Amino acid sequence: MGFNIDKIRADFPILKRKVYGKQLVYFDNGATTHKPQQVIDSIVDYYSNFNSNVHRGVHKLSVEATTAFEDSRKYVAHFINAEDDREIVFTRGATESINLVANSFLSLINKGDEVLITSIEHHSNLVPWQQLCEKKNAKLKVVPVSDDGNLDMEFLDNMLSEKVKIFALSHISNVLGTINPIKEIIAKAHKFGIPVLIDGAQAIAHLKVDVQDLDCEFYCFSAHKAYGPMGFGVLYGKKEWLTRLQPYQYGGEMISSVSLDKTTFNEIPYKFEAGTPNVSGALATVAALKYIKNIGIDNIAKYEDDLLEYATEKLLEIDKMRIIGTSSEKTAVISFLVGDIHPYDIGTLLDQMGVAVRTGNHCAQPLIDNYCIPGTIRASFAVYNSKEEVDYFIEALKKSLAMLA
Amino acid sequence: MTIEEKANSLVEEFQMFDEWMDKYSYIIELGKEMPLIDEKYKDPQHLISGCQSRVWLYAEMKEGKIVFTADSDAVITKGIISLLLRVVSNETPKDIANADFSFIEEIGLKDHLSPTRANGLVSMMKQIKLYAKAFQLKNSN
Repeated sequence: MGFNIDKIRADFPILKRKVYGKQLVYFDNGATTHKPQQVIDSIVDYYSNFNSNVHRGVHKLSVEATTAFEDSRKYVAHFINAEDDREIVFTRGATESINLVANSFLSLINKGDEVLITSIEHHSNLVPWQQLCEKKNAKLKVVPVSDDGNLDMEFLDNMLSEKVKIFALSHISNVLGTINPIKEIIAKAHKFGIPVLIDGAQAIAHLKVDVQDLDCEFYCFSAHKAYGPMGFGVLYGKKEWLTRLQPYQYGGEMISSVSLDKTTFNEIPYKFEAGTPNVSGALATVAALKYIKNIGIDNIAKYEDDLLEYATEKLLEIDKMRIIGTSSEKTAVISFLVGDIHPYDIGTLLDQMGVAVRTGNHCAQPLIDNYCIPGTIRASFAVYNSKEEVDYFIEALKKSLAMLA
Repeated sequence: MTIEEKANSLVEEFQMFDEWMDKYSYIIELGKEMPLIDEKYKDPQHLISGCQSRVWLYAEMKEGKIVFTADSDAVITKGIISLLLRVVSNETPKDIANADFSFIEEIGLKDHLSPTRANGLVSMMKQIKLYAKAFQLKNSN
């Protein structure tokens, strides 16, 4: 299928919206993407036609809902090439996926052990590990990032050892856009027997994810950053690891038998899914992943790369432009500053012109502190953004800068 | 002028602007001109931490009235602070404690005062009221 931007844009009803009377230009896709009609329809379809609780009813609707829910698991497994659909745990999002693993690791970490992360992590892949280390008197070690936004591989090599009990890092930095060489890093970690968790929140909509090829122990993502619904996410975990880990929430669905004296837990993945799950979320996530599949993830990556290159060139023509994150391996995220102007000022004026960007520390405060800056303005692209929008954004930016000069 | 009169005159002033650009250019100008807080008060104790722009606020009593000085690292935030301070500074603690800040809405800057903006302004308004109440208590003792 050829790449037809007009056709793609037509799938997203919100793109027709105006803000302050101006056409919306949405460049805050790193925070969340918009949803195509197909995804919206799938939610309506579920609640209109087969809403029912899963895994427990004998009646027709419950069977249909259960089948659809479990088919979703199969589809997600297929999408990221998991070996077995029992390796797919449904969560509320990447944050919950990471918290689940961090909490379940409580029993596997002892005093003096080490947990490894990197300095480019989003707070959601930092705070859970920090808390774990505090509780267990373990050491949190942080792989530094070099000025261009790449991880310092020399440091990384020196920090790997048998003392490290888990290494958690992002596939793509939400601030810098750097694509970390995770396959290589995972292989290095495995030499020391270290399990690796990948925070794929920024990756799943932008490049091909194959968990078997990566060979990671855990991979996490949120549906809403990949054209899917909010409040739904995935934890992939290798079967032997999920089996080994303790559940971290208790209740219905996750048990196999309960008496007042003792409870035995259900099999994987159910032992991690306490309570009534978000069934419509699962179905809408599948609709989103199918949407990506139909366009083709490689087509999306190529299109977004072109957009990134185009926007970067245009931005660099602006005086005192400073792009934060200049790795040669980047996805469609541009963080920047202009001179000494505070990001909030630029973001406010861009907003008045209908351009939605993110400003601030992007929930990665240590990384921002590392660069000694007050934050950045971040433009992050999705498959429905166009060169015309980039042109409009550049014009709006120039206008803002003139006002602030 | 009373607080209310000052607020009304501000609202009138802003009615002149038809274009958002003129309004914001004016706010930016105000931000640049604002009487700044003494550098020695730009410390953690006087910092109002918003998520994005930082705001410092200092208050002192002069002849029965509270005089506020402030600063922010974002110029638009500074401009809006200067609007607020123009209305509430140099007033008695009692008047400030009872002041109505809804004029900010009337001049079309409501969005800036929503808690989601995380620019420190909402906390700053709370802090202004807190200062007023603290000075009120001190005076009554």
